[in-house]
Amino acid sequence: MDYNDSDPAPGPGLGPRDEDLLPASAEQSVKVVIVGGFGVGKTTMVGSVSEIRPLTTEETMTLNGVGVDDLGGVETKTETTVAMDFGRVTLDERLVLYLFGTPGQQRFWFLWNGVLEGALGAVVLVDTRRLEDCFAAMDRLEDGGVPFVVAINTFPDAPVHPDDDLRAALDLPGHVPLVSCDARRLENGLVM
Amino acid sequence: MTGATGATGPTEPSGVGGRRSRRPRRGGGGAAGRAVPLYIVTGGRSESGDDLDSLLLDLVTLVVARSTAPDAGHSPEHAALLRVCQHPISVAEISAHLGLPFSAVTVLLKDLRAGGLVELRHTREAQRQAAADPDIETLKALIDGLQRL
Ligand SMILES: Nc1nc2c(ncn2[C@@H]2O[C@H](COP(=O)(O)OP(=O)(O)OP(=O)(O)O)[C@@H](O)[C@H]2O)c(=O)[nH]1
Ligand SMILES: [Mg+2]
Repeated sequence: MDYNDSDPAPGPGLGPRDEDLLPASAEQSVKVVIVGGFGVGKTTMVGSVSEIRPLTTEETMTLNGVGVDDLGGVETKTETTVAMDFGRVTLDERLVLYLFGTPGQQRFWFLWNGVLEGALGAVVLVDTRRLEDCFAAMDRLEDGGVPFVVAINTFPDAPVHPDDDLRAALDLPGHVPLVSCDARRLENGLVM
Repeated sequence: MTGATGATGPTEPSGVGGRRSRRPRRGGGGAAGRAVPLYIVTGGRSESGDDLDSLLLDLVTLVVARSTAPDAGHSPEHAALLRVCQHPISVAEISAHLGLPFSAVTVLLKDLRAGGLVELRHTREAQRQAAADPDIETLKALIDGLQRL
């Protein structure tokens, strides 16, 4: 974690701080997405990898709610703001990595031009207390052909299962890496 | 750590319920005809009817200004955008720094690009191709970079 937590968050309209500017030679970018259920540690992992204070991109959409078999029903309009946080790692003079902590609700992913599209890889963060929370996201990665690693975020009170059991429960093919990590400390979390 | 897994049977994987059991079988009907609310997106920005443009901008497309001054007729948002991209910066970072939605940033960028005021490096199209067929150099730089963390 290179950024200083006590720095004020960047305000709207202010650009990046001078020390956060990319080199003029930066010309290529790759993205890695972190997926997983609510509260599994996605934001935490973005923060522990990022060289800049994590940023948030927001998208607003209007939802028309319609009861399908209630044709005379009231139409409801809802404004929803969906936020996605992300961090950055400058890999060399020309290449930059962006790491996105995707919203837990995958039905919003399309808002950012399909954040999965073009992703080089993904980290599926898993809390063993709520293993099933990551199933839908894993299905989406498989459907999108995005290679991924599964990282068990080790919360202190979470049950520990043998790898074989986890692999079976997650229906993981042998070539998909399964690692344990602490999202607050990155180093072991991102071996792809 | 206690026996938190409790009374799980030895045959099923730790009583956690397999993933396949959650994934609906293909052609399995789905929720059609159910009384669930159906959400239709009306706001935000539609990508349809805009096919070439939609290939242009990814969250991680890098933007670099080619000018410091916006054209006459450009809004303060155009000017602000131009200001933050004097050095290379991703579309996602622009969205965050300007407090504007991704969709709004893409609209502004298309205007600026039409006026030749910004250069786009690594468009969505390039991104898509690079991910489908990653080159070794890039992967090596990625692994090296991550190991340095
Ligand atoms: N013990 C422990 N706690 C963690 C770890 N990672 C995250 N936490 C804590 O878990 C809580 C949720 O973490 P977040 O990073 O906000 O999770 P998230 O996936 O971004 O959550 P949503 O965006 O709400 O879905 C926070 O209080 C973190 O401090 C970890 O590796 N170990
Ligand atoms: Mg979060």
